[in-house]
Amino acid sequence: MNLLLFSLFREKKRRRVVELTEKMVVDGGRDGGEWDGRWNHINMFLERPGPFTHPDFEPSTESLQFLLDTCKILVIGAGGLGCELLKDLALSGFRHIHVVDMDTIDVSNLNRQFLFRLKDVGRPKADIAADFINGRIPGCNVLCLPHPEFHIIVCGLDSIIARRWMNGMLLSLLVYEDGVLDPSSIIPLIDGGTEGFKGNARVIFPGMTACIDCTLELYPPQINFPMCTIASMPRLPEHCVEYVRMLLWPKEKPFGDGVGLDADDPEHIQWVYQKSQERAAEFSITGITYRLTQGENTHSAILNSACATEVFKIASSAYIPLNNYMVFNDVDGLYTYTFEAERKENCSACSQVPQDLYFSPSAKLQEVLDYLTENASLQMKSPAITATLEGKNKTLYLQTVASIEQRTRPNLSKSLKELGLLDGQELAVADVTTPQTVLFKLSFTS
Amino acid sequence: MAATKASKDQKYDRQLRLWGDHGQEELENAHVCLINSTASGTEILKNLVLPGIGAFTIVDGHKVSGEDVGNNFFLSNNSIGRVSDYNRAQAATELLQELNTDVSGNFVEESPDKLLDNDPEFFHRFTLVIGVQLPESTCLRLGSVLWNANIPFLVCRTYGLVGYMRLVVQEHTVIESHPDNALEDLRLDQPFAELKNQIQSYDLEGMGKKDHSHTPWIIIVAKYLDKWFSEHNCQLPKNYKEKEAFKQLIRQGILKNEKGTPEDEENFEEAIKNVNTALNPTKISSGVDDIFNGEQCNDITSQTPAFWVMTRAVREFVQNNGGGNLPVRGSIPDMIADSEKFINLQNIYREKAMQDASVVSKHVESLLQSVGKPSASISEQDIKLFCKNAAFLRVVRCRSLAEEYSVETVNKDEITCCMDSADGEMVLYLMLRSVDRFYQQHSRYPGVYNYQVEEDISKLKLCVNSLLQEYSLNVNVKDDYIHEFCRYGASEPHTVASFLGGCAAQEAIKIITRQFVPFNNTFIYNAMSQTTATFQL
Repeated sequence: MNLLLFSLFREKKRRRVVELTEKMVVDGGRDGGEWDGRWNHINMFLERPGPFTHPDFEPSTESLQFLLDTCKILVIGAGGLGCELLKDLALSGFRHIHVVDMDTIDVSNLNRQFLFRLKDVGRPKADIAADFINGRIPGCNVLCLPHPEFHIIVCGLDSIIARRWMNGMLLSLLVYEDGVLDPSSIIPLIDGGTEGFKGNARVIFPGMTACIDCTLELYPPQINFPMCTIASMPRLPEHCVEYVRMLLWPKEKPFGDGVGLDADDPEHIQWVYQKSQERAAEFSITGITYRLTQGENTHSAILNSACATEVFKIASSAYIPLNNYMVFNDVDGLYTYTFEAERKENCSACSQVPQDLYFSPSAKLQEVLDYLTENASLQMKSPAITATLEGKNKTLYLQTVASIEQRTRPNLSKSLKELGLLDGQELAVADVTTPQTVLFKLSFTS
Repeated sequence: MAATKASKDQKYDRQLRLWGDHGQEELENAHVCLINSTASGTEILKNLVLPGIGAFTIVDGHKVSGEDVGNNFFLSNNSIGRVSDYNRAQAATELLQELNTDVSGNFVEESPDKLLDNDPEFFHRFTLVIGVQLPESTCLRLGSVLWNANIPFLVCRTYGLVGYMRLVVQEHTVIESHPDNALEDLRLDQPFAELKNQIQSYDLEGMGKKDHSHTPWIIIVAKYLDKWFSEHNCQLPKNYKEKEAFKQLIRQGILKNEKGTPEDEENFEEAIKNVNTALNPTKISSGVDDIFNGEQCNDITSQTPAFWVMTRAVREFVQNNGGGNLPVRGSIPDMIADSEKFINLQNIYREKAMQDASVVSKHVESLLQSVGKPSASISEQDIKLFCKNAAFLRVVRCRSLAEEYSVETVNKDEITCCMDSADGEMVLYLMLRSVDRFYQQHSRYPGVYNYQVEEDISKLKLCVNSLLQEYSLNVNVKDDYIHEFCRYGASEPHTVASFLGGCAAQEAIKIITRQFVPFNNTFIYNAMSQTTATFQL
C-alpha cells in the first residue's frame, strides 16, 4: 500500500485530534465510570514503543483519549457480525460507535447474535444492540443515529449489494485537488464476511487500495438454476423450492397482493414447504425438508475480531494495518491466506477510467442489459440505462418502477441503431450496486 | 425452562445446517471444562454456550480485578472488590449462563493446581477440557492426567497480539469430514450390473430429439466409453491426447440440424466438460487405506469403538464383496436431464448404495457377535452414514505435551525448518516458550509494568538462549521479537482473545460433534500481520 499517502492521512487525523482535544478541555471531561486498571490490556500498545509499530507511531497517553473521547466508528449491520464488532470495539476503548441496521430480531438470530434475547424478538436490531452494549460496558455510547462524519467504517453485512453500495458511497466522498487525492477525505472501510466455516476480512482505503468492486470476481457466484429446470424439469428438491418461491408465490399471492416472501416468517415458510412437497411428489422427488425451504447458512465469530483489530490499529497507528485481504477456512484444521488484493485498472467503481461497451449497431438493447448483469466485473442487478438523444435525456430501460418498465420494455428488442444511439455515445447506467451513475462509452463494432 | 423441540429447532436452525441434528445432539450431551475465565476463556465459552452446549464448568481460583473487567464482556464492574471478594469463575458463569437458558453453567472456585493435587479425577467427567492462560507447569501436569484418561485437551492463550492453540488428543476419528470439492463416485470405469443395464436401456441413435437432449451426461459418457473400449482394447483414455480424442467422439454425437450445424445440446456439453473427472479410475485413497491398515482395525475386541468396528466391516466388504472398491456412495450431481431420466438414474445409484450398506451391515453384525456384543449397539443409520462417507474417513492423532516438551522427542526438524523464514509464526512459538521460562524463573511475565520493559529485555533474551540451547536448536531469534514480547506485558487485548475464542470454539465443536477435521496440533495467530500457521510439534 502507499505508505506515504497513509502517513498523510495519519497526519491530518492527528491535527484534528489536537483541535478536538483542545475543545474537550473547555467542555470538561466525561464521567465514563472508570476504574483502576481498566485499560491495562490496551495501554501496552498505546504507551510503549516497539519494533513493529507503524513508522509514524508515537507512544503517548493521548491515544487512549482519542479512542475514548473522539474517534467515531460506524458499524454497519447489527446481526451476527455486527454484535461481535460492537463488543470488540467497545472493549478496545472505542466509545463513540454508531450502528445501523434495518432489520428486526428473529428467533433464529438468537443462537449467535448474543446481544438479543427472546423478549427482544420483533424489536429493531440496532436499538437493542446499542442498549445492551451501553449497559454492559460503562461509558460506552453506542447510538443508532447517523452522524455526518466518521473516522472509520466497519461492515458486518451479509449482502454483496450493500457492500458495493457502501463502497461507492465512500468513493463518492473522495476529494481530488488537481487530480491528487486529498488523504483527509479518505474514510477507511473494514469489511468482514463469513459463511459456515469460511470467511474473509479486508481493509480498504478508498482511492488508495483495491475496493470491493476491484475484486468482485472473488465473491462466489450465486447459484441460479436455469428457468426450464425450475419450470418444467425439476430433479432436485431445491428445484421444487425455487419453483414455489419464484413462480408459484407471485401467481397465487397466498398472503395477499404485493406481499413478498419473508424468509423469517414461519407462516410463509410453512406455505412454501407444503407447496414444495406437492411439487416434489408430482415428480417423485424426495428430500424436501423444512430447513431446505429457508436457505441461509450460519456465521462464525472469527473474522469480525480480525476486523476489530484492524480498526484499533488504524485508529491508534499502533501497527501497520492489514494489507489488505485475509481469507479463512476451517473445514479441515485452520487455514488462512493473506495477500494484497490489487486495484483493477479499469474498475467500474474506483478507477475513474471510463467504461467501454462494444456492441454491433444491430445488437439488441437486451444484449447490453445481459452484459451489464452477467459480466463478472460488473454483476449489476437491475440496471437502468439512459442516454442523451437529440439533446434530451431519454430512459432506454428501467426495471424498478413498474410503469416505466412497461413503457420501456419494447426497447429491449430494438437494435441500438434503431434506438438512435451513435458510435462513441455515452450511456449512463444506474443500479442498486452503486450510489453513483456509471458512465459507459458505447463503441460500435462492425 | 425446557424449550420445546420446535422452538429449539428454530433457534438453532442456522447451525443445524452445518452439523445436523445428530451433531447438535452430541453438543447438547457434552460437558466442557474451562480453566480460567479470562477474556480468551469467556469468548471461547460464549461460542459454545450460544449454540447450546449441554453444560460447562469454569475452574478458576482468581478474584476479579479491574483489568479483568476492562477486557472481558462477561465480567461487569460491580463484581470488582465486593465485600465477599468476588470470584472470577462465579462472575463469568452468571453472565455466560444468561446467554442461553438451555445450557447448564457451573463453577469451581479453585486453582487447577489444587485440584490436580487433591482430586485429579475431577477432570474425568468432562467431554473436553480447555485450559486458558495456563503457566507451563500446570499445563504439563494437566496434560498428563488428561492424556492418561483419554480426554481431549485444548490449550489456548492470548499473549499480546499473538494467539496460540494446542490440541492434545490421542486418537480422534471422523466419519463426516465434509470435504470441500470431493470427487463423485460414479463407477464409470467399472459399472455395476444395475448401472450397466440402465446404460444399455438407452439407445442414443434411435431416440427422439427431446430425449436426446435430456439424457443425463453420465449415460452419454458411459455410452461413448463403450464405443471407445471396443476400439481401444478396453483401456480408459489415459493421457491428455486420448481424453481430447474421447471428448471429440462425444462431440460428434451431438445432433445436427438439416443444414449440418450442431444443435444446442447442453447435456452433451456437460458430458464433455466432465470427462476429465468422470474417467478417474475408481480407487481407494491412500489416506483411507492407511486407516484400513490401522492396528485398531485388526484387533476387534468388545472395547473397540464403533468407528473401528465399522472400518473393519467395510474392509471386509472391500476384500470380499466390493471387488476392491468401497460401498457405492449413492449420490450423483445434478445435471441437465428430464425429471424421469434423472430420477431413474439417481435411484440406480441409491439402491446400489443401500445394497452395499446392508452387506456391510452383515459384516458389522458378525463382528459384534464374535465379541459378544448385541448387533443393536451399532445402528443401521450409523452404518449407512459410515458407508456414505467411507471415502472421506479421517483419523487425527496428536503427540502428547510430554513428547513436545521432552528433549529426546522434541520436533527439532519442524522447528528448525520453519525458522528458515525468520519472521514466520514459528518464532512466535519460541517466544511463548521463552516467556514461560521467564515466568518459571521470576514468578512473573516480562514487561508487565512500564518500568520493567527495558530491563526485562535482557532477562528474556537469556531465557530464549537457554531454551534454544536446551533443545539444541540452531536457530536465530531476532532481538525485535524479544523486545516486542516484553512490550506485550502479558496483555490480553480483547480483539485477539475474541479471534482465538472463535477458532478454539470451532475446534471444540469439531471434537465434540466428530464432524469436520480438527487441526493437528499447534496453531499460531499473528494479529500484527493477520496471518496464521499450523505446526505438528
